[in-house]
Amino acid sequence: MESFFLAIGLILGLLILLSLYRGVFGPTLFDRIIGVGFVGSKTLVLLVLMGFMYGRIDMFVDISLAYSILIFIGTLVFAKYFKSKGAM
Amino acid sequence: MSIAAILLLSAGTFFFATGVIGFLRFPDFYSRMHATGKGDTLGAVLMLAGLALYNLDGGFSLGNLLVSMKLLFIGVFWFLANPTATHAILRAAFDSGLMPWTKDGKPVIEWPPKSQEDT
Repeated sequence: MESFFLAIGLILGLLILLSLYRGVFGPTLFDRIIGVGFVGSKTLVLLVLMGFMYGRIDMFVDISLAYSILIFIGTLVFAKYFKSKGAM
Repeated sequence: MSIAAILLLSAGTFFFATGVIGFLRFPDFYSRMHATGKGDTLGAVLMLAGLALYNLDGGFSLGNLLVSMKLLFIGVFWFLANPTATHAILRAAFDSGLMPWTKDGKPVIEWPPKSQEDT
C-alpha cells in the first residue's frame, strides 16, 4: 500500500509540473492565477498522502486543512485585486 | 476497505489528469476554466474520500474516526470552496475585459451593455 501511495504521489508531482507550464507561459494573467490554484489543490492531496507515508496522519490532516482554506482565500484575494487592476 | 481506497484514489488521479490535459490544451481562458474548475474539485474530493476510507482500515478507534472525519471535512470544504473561487476568478476576468474566444473573432456579447445601463 505504501508503494501505491508513492506512485500516486509521483503522478501528482508530474501533474503539478505540467500545470506549472501554464502558470509560467500562460498567455493571460488569469491563467497564471488558475495555474497556482491548480497546483495548490494537488499539493493538498499530496500533503495527506505524505502524512500516510510518514505515519503521522493526524498532524498532516491539520496541515492540509489549513492549506485548503489558505488556497481558497488566496484565490479570492487574487480575483478581487486583479478585478480592479484589469491587467490583461 | 483498501480495495475501495485504491479505486477511489485512481479515479481521483484520473480526474486530476483530465483536468491538467484540459488546462493545457484548451484555446481560451474561459474554456480552460471548464476543465480546471470541475476536474480539480472532483479529483480532490474522490482522493480525500479514498484516503478517509483507507484510514479506517486500521480499526475504528476514536483517533482513526476523528482523522477520517477531518479528511471528509476537507473534501466537503473543497467541494464548496473551489467552485466559489473559480466563479470569483471568472468574474474578475470578465470584468477586466477578457472576452471569450470566438472562431470568427466577433465578441460573444457586447459589454458593457450600451443601450440601458442596468448593472
